[in-house]
Amino acid sequence: MSPPTEPKLPAGWDLVVGLEVHVELDTATKLFCGCINRFGAEPNTNVCPTCLGLPGSLPVINERAVELAMILGRALGCQVNRSVMARKNYFYPDMPKDFQTTQYDQPTNSDGQLVLPDGFVVGIERAHIEEDTGKSVHVGRSGRINQAVYSLIDYNRAGVPLVEIVSKPDIRTIDQARNFVDELRAILVVTGVSDARMEEGSLRIDANVSVRPEGLAELRTRCEIKNINSLRSLGRAIAYEANRQIDLYEDGSAPQQQTRHWDENTSRTTPGRSKEDADDYRYFQEPDLVPLVPSPATIAAIDETMPQLPVARRAALVAATGADSVAARILVERAQDALALEAVAAGAEPNKVLKRLVNDLAVDDWSNLDATALAELIKMESAGALSASQAKQVLADLVESGGTPQTYVKRRGFEVVDTSELKSLLEQLVGDNPSEWKRFCAGDQVERKKMQGFFTGQIMKATRGKADGKMVAELLNNAALVG
Amino acid sequence: MTAADIAAAVRSGERSALEVVNEHLGMIEAQDLKVHAFNLVNAENARAEAAQIDARVAAGEPVGPLAGVPLATKDNLCTKDLPTTCSSKMLENYHPPYDATVVSLLRAAGAVSLGKTNLDEFAMGSSTEHSAFGPTRNPHDLSRVPGGSSGGSAASVAAGFTPIAVGSDTGGSIRQPAAFCGVVGMKPTYGAVSRYGLIAFASSLDQVGPLASNVADAAAVFDVIAGHDRRDTTSIQGFIPAAQAALNLGVDGLRVGVLQELSGGGGSVPGLAVDVLARTREAAEVLAAAGARVEEVSVPSCTLGLSAYYIVAPAEASSNLARYDGVRYGARVDAPTASEMTTATRTAGFGAEVKRRIMLGTYALSAGYYEAFYGKALKVRTMMLNDFARVYKDFDVLLTPTAPTTAFELGTRMTDPLTMYVNDVCTIPSNLTGHPAISVPFGLGDDNLPVGVQVLAPATHDTQTFRVAAVLEAAAQEARL
Ligand SMILES: [Zn+2]
Repeated sequence: MSPPTEPKLPAGWDLVVGLEVHVELDTATKLFCGCINRFGAEPNTNVCPTCLGLPGSLPVINERAVELAMILGRALGCQVNRSVMARKNYFYPDMPKDFQTTQYDQPTNSDGQLVLPDGFVVGIERAHIEEDTGKSVHVGRSGRINQAVYSLIDYNRAGVPLVEIVSKPDIRTIDQARNFVDELRAILVVTGVSDARMEEGSLRIDANVSVRPEGLAELRTRCEIKNINSLRSLGRAIAYEANRQIDLYEDGSAPQQQTRHWDENTSRTTPGRSKEDADDYRYFQEPDLVPLVPSPATIAAIDETMPQLPVARRAALVAATGADSVAARILVERAQDALALEAVAAGAEPNKVLKRLVNDLAVDDWSNLDATALAELIKMESAGALSASQAKQVLADLVESGGTPQTYVKRRGFEVVDTSELKSLLEQLVGDNPSEWKRFCAGDQVERKKMQGFFTGQIMKATRGKADGKMVAELLNNAALVG
Repeated sequence: MTAADIAAAVRSGERSALEVVNEHLGMIEAQDLKVHAFNLVNAENARAEAAQIDARVAAGEPVGPLAGVPLATKDNLCTKDLPTTCSSKMLENYHPPYDATVVSLLRAAGAVSLGKTNLDEFAMGSSTEHSAFGPTRNPHDLSRVPGGSSGGSAASVAAGFTPIAVGSDTGGSIRQPAAFCGVVGMKPTYGAVSRYGLIAFASSLDQVGPLASNVADAAAVFDVIAGHDRRDTTSIQGFIPAAQAALNLGVDGLRVGVLQELSGGGGSVPGLAVDVLARTREAAEVLAAAGARVEEVSVPSCTLGLSAYYIVAPAEASSNLARYDGVRYGARVDAPTASEMTTATRTAGFGAEVKRRIMLGTYALSAGYYEAFYGKALKVRTMMLNDFARVYKDFDVLLTPTAPTTAFELGTRMTDPLTMYVNDVCTIPSNLTGHPAISVPFGLGDDNLPVGVQVLAPATHDTQTFRVAAVLEAAAQEARL
């Protein structure tokens, strides 16, 4: 899987990008009620008066959601503040109360940073708590609400806890934008804050894009790009939008501040609302909830129990195994770094461990495989007792059913034929093929090589491939010396 | 019969709850066509609940403190077995899937709700004339309003339909109708009573509270409905009501302040009637005679309360009422697109006063106006909290009139919202500060209509309001005899 190549911007222009990432928190229940927080249930089965916004219902905040938000905040080096919930008032049919309960001027987390794998630092403005909306399906010509014949709404997602992470406009390249999301995702998974699956919508990205002449420090008018559904779209959408803006400037015009939608099919961004008729959200403090006031002890406890973050885990893996940055990134992302470290500590050859895991362990569940078994397997491979393809098969067996590698080596008949067995086999072959033997012993370089191939082939045939090639060569040479 | 008498008689088996309930249902049937206290009477349900209580008494099982007492429930408290309309076309056929906490607590205490009472639409009003289902009339004089917005609940108690009722109070909506109808009405400390299931008007101001024909019954209802509810985050943890225990303590040594800005008669309350002012002064004398130390006291920011209230309450209402969009429940007027449907639904579903307040509130929160309106109103709230905190260092309770006048005639203030709003000037401060306050009948005005005086206390000192009200009530009854 090679990363997509960086789309090029015209020379003389700099890119300025800030990202807003919405992440669904991995809680058992929703943000303000006891309904189950789960993706993929039958429509409108995880709902109650509160998340349907029925008259008279009241929110009660999910303390686990607040805790997860603070964990993320600390993982991003944010200050964790006394915070208040606020109402963002606007109308949309899939929003039950016709306001979203979110945070405004007093967010839970502020002023952090995210360090990309290459060391580039992106500032984090804030990471605040808010509720998700329901989901609409517009049935009609275009799938848009204005042209719908009718719409169906699923409120299962309404009230699911989110954190919105807002970066500073520090991102300068498309690769950095993608790396930002990748690194954030790794942090979310490692800390247990979210499963961060873009394909299920538990991680969603909006990109604020602007451009400026190379070398200038000013921030020019930006456009907010919505509806970005994958990392690939993120790169393409930013590239399209930057080029669109550059074209406008070069034509003597300028972009307008507006929200634009990325269209995957046409690979273009199209305008949504412009700033002139943008909603006035009329924020005010949510009177049904009280301020969130984390105690210093709570924050200290979060720091103490913070798991090792991806950046440190990659460094540890590199130090112990000499892994390159790609391998380190992959294994930490898959949470297989601990396995690799243990196997190496148990004496397995680091290079082979890394290669085996990176290439052959891209699976969801590898809980059957323990480090001791992995170390033994790699040692067998290093000793030449197993070929690479055999080792790969045994690894698959271990992942499938657990146990020790020996079991599968035996079951698959991968045991190497031992030396004495090979010796007697060779003696027999020499007796049966005297002229070939002669040519091997007395022939020139070419002849000798040819005949070595002949005898090795015969031995492999007789042992059905179980013989170790290196050992066969050694035996042949020794026998020739003796005559 | 008082609620206490009924509960005692039912508990001892002297009277059956069913008999009591039937008697009250009979009165409603005979007289409510004229008064229109109720939006909906559910006789069948009430009889079934009464029969259950009788069965428990017969079986020797324990019954609650309000066993068999007929109750009227304001129609903005959610009830699972009855529609809850807020007297709005928007919710005319709306059936909540759950009971409000207050409704459950009263039922568990043995009270039997006879039905849902009329109110100004979504509790926005001071006369119960802003009901989509027609006004309620004052049982003392059918040409007069009962006050509002809990006019139906107050009228039910005044007419003898039910000895007790519950209402909600956002700017005086329990106390002012209690004063107009000559009954006791009390707004608890914000957070003393759960708001879960109360259909929100202005969330930071709304409180549910009791109305009753006498102070002791109001205290009994308060003791049942107050207390922490984990479903309401703003409800006070560990609040344990004990109003009934304080009813006979008297006021000897109590420090009472007569709040000048609301009782001075110097023009700080526009339209404060001479007779109402006189009754308030007499109430102060009664307390002094009973041993209280009575002094004049000033809380200057009180005069800003009305303006602050008419920013904060509509602002919160504009957000709370946004959900009535025709999408999920309640009224829907079909139209070609979703947003046209919502516009048509709101145009048809909301009355004029509700629309007015939604517009006021939307404006007050708008970009560019927030600081000048909403931000400033919040500052007034803080200022008032500080002023009252200072005064309460020297005083236990404060005394004011409940409303500037006695009940006015139907139709006389509908055309001028401002004169209607001024009605709330004495009651609003307690909502903005979240403090408890009670209105207790104290004599009559020159028009022979009831006058109420108001007792204010600091947060969580709800008991003090009942204690002082009991003394005023006794004096007023003695004077009448
Ligand atoms: Zn729910």
